Amino acid sequence: MHGSASLDLRWPIGLLFVVLGATLMGHGIATRENLALYARAGGLNVNLIWGAVMFVVGCAFALAARQGARRARDSAR
Amino acid sequence: MIRLATVDYVVMAMYFVVVLGIGWVLRRKANTSTDFFLSGRSLPPWVTGLAFLSANLGAQEVIGMGASGAKYGLATSHFYWIGAIPAMVFVGIFMMPFYYGSRARSVPEYLKLRFDEKTRTLNALSFAVMTVFSSGVSMYAMGKLLNLLLGWDFSTSVLVSAAIVLAYVTLGGLTSAIYNEVLQFFMIVFGFAPLVWIGLRNMGGWDGLTAKLSSVATARGLPEYAYTHVWQGMGSASTNSIGIEWFGMVMGLGFVLSFGYWCTDFLVVQRAMAADSMTAARRTPLIAAVPKMLFPFLVILPGMIALAMGNDVIPAKLTAAGAPLLDSGGNVVLDYDLATPMMLVKLFPSGLLGLGLTALIASFMSGMAGNVTAFNTVWTYDIYQAHINRSATDAHYLWMGRVATVGGIVLSVAAAYVAGAFNNIMEFLQLVFAFVNAPLFATFFLGMFWRRSTGHGAFAGLVAGTLAAASHHGLSLAAGATPGVKGGFLGATLRYPSEMAQTFWTAIAAFGTCFLVTIMVSLVTKARPDDELTGLVYSLTPRTVDAGGVWYAQPRYFALLVLAAMIALNFIFL
Repeated sequence: MHGSASLDLRWPIGLLFVVLGATLMGHGIATRENLALYARAGGLNVNLIWGAVMFVVGCAFALAARQGARRARDSAR
Repeated sequence: MIRLATVDYVVMAMYFVVVLGIGWVLRRKANTSTDFFLSGRSLPPWVTGLAFLSANLGAQEVIGMGASGAKYGLATSHFYWIGAIPAMVFVGIFMMPFYYGSRARSVPEYLKLRFDEKTRTLNALSFAVMTVFSSGVSMYAMGKLLNLLLGWDFSTSVLVSAAIVLAYVTLGGLTSAIYNEVLQFFMIVFGFAPLVWIGLRNMGGWDGLTAKLSSVATARGLPEYAYTHVWQGMGSASTNSIGIEWFGMVMGLGFVLSFGYWCTDFLVVQRAMAADSMTAARRTPLIAAVPKMLFPFLVILPGMIALAMGNDVIPAKLTAAGAPLLDSGGNVVLDYDLATPMMLVKLFPSGLLGLGLTALIASFMSGMAGNVTAFNTVWTYDIYQAHINRSATDAHYLWMGRVATVGGIVLSVAAAYVAGAFNNIMEFLQLVFAFVNAPLFATFFLGMFWRRSTGHGAFAGLVAGTLAAASHHGLSLAAGATPGVKGGFLGATLRYPSEMAQTFWTAIAAFGTCFLVTIMVSLVTKARPDDELTGLVYSLTPRTVDAGGVWYAQPRYFALLVLAAMIALNFIFL
């Protein structure tokens, strides 16, 4: 990302996805005994699975943002 | 009506905290009018590219394409493949050098530089009115949907979402709107992907879905491939689900409507103008084209799955008295616009449901923000600075931009209430905008690629094209429609098998008329000297040299890859 831009957009995306992913996973774990809730999704605990996917994607965005910041610092030196 | 669980509200709240937080962090970065209206031309191409796509991906698109998926099946993909990709490639490769290179600050301003003040003002006024009304229609649709689905109060939904958009756009200007559009893009992808995943899994995969849709098609008297193939049956209007033959579809949708929208609509072009370099501006629509061609699987498939799941998924349209609406044959008319929202409700457990609804609300709001940021720019530069106050300080225009943002949102809210009170007025206005927009691409095409075209020619062509669209619509009628807003008000001389066919041919008539009239009037009026047109016309502008780097990242090779992928998709789903 460019030095002139004030905010690397990958940070807020990463943050949002990590927090949303964790929330969905938490809800999935708390409701794992509730078979009626997941019957509509073919019996899969989709909150747990999709929460994990979003959590990993969020971490990837945050890591990429950190790498970008590090590269920008190095090139500034 | 459904009740949401606490976790659903928590998910929504998290999203809105981040949205407002972005506006807050960016508030100090909007110090000049260029920062506020053009993001200081400083954004990287992946951000402008996803915003370019996202500005077009309003909730009406998501809901409308799901509805068309349920109505027409996979043939709806024409709106994405033939109906978007070639135009996106064209604007990136051939037109962006003029938009970005001329340093015009808006699309109407390009018309001022290339032609004259009257052509610019005509375009600016119609565009400004149109953005306010589309934003209003979007707010109205959101308020109505949230009321129907969740029982939320219409006014509260409209006013709260307007306040959120107002806050982040006034704080951070275009950068804030663009950042939120990119965020919304990822929300839509991650909110709707599980819908397709769970839906297909319940159907027994793609094979299960096609088998089910074949029997639905046969039961409705269509060939069994009607809902699951894109091109089969396009030889004649009667053998495909959308009721138009291939020529009208390719010319009307693939050429006139699609190029008219993607190449001239300031709402999307503004995103590319915010890029940090010419190469980045040219790559913006090309980067957008990649997810664009995969979107049918995200937004059309839910509608197709709803169709395959049977009649109880898509509810009936209700009359004012609350009874199911019946057509002239006594059959129940289905409310296809509810196909995608009902799929969310039927397939998602609490938690995921909050995510899906947040994605839907997010896309309504970013549609609003996109319209408002395009409106405040055109108002400030092309109307206020051009006609009302020519020589104010930059700080004054920045202030005017913030005032125009508030004004645009207040007018949109008013338009939302007008839409609620008089549904036909909105339908009528959308029709008028369609007439005004249909000839636009002819004007830009001749302006950029024919140096002899003149301001008088362009203006006459636009007016004649709009009149041609209105006359064609007035003289034609689709099967099953009654004269009025649907056409035929001048006598139904021409008959079309479907409304879509009628729309496409209206566009073709408008484009053709504008093209011919512009050429004829240009030839009898005085052309501008060549030295005034450098940077504005293709033959008088030095070829752009792309920055180095790997070959596939260069716009022209990237464009070829995009086109090849688009053609491959058409063959796979032939």
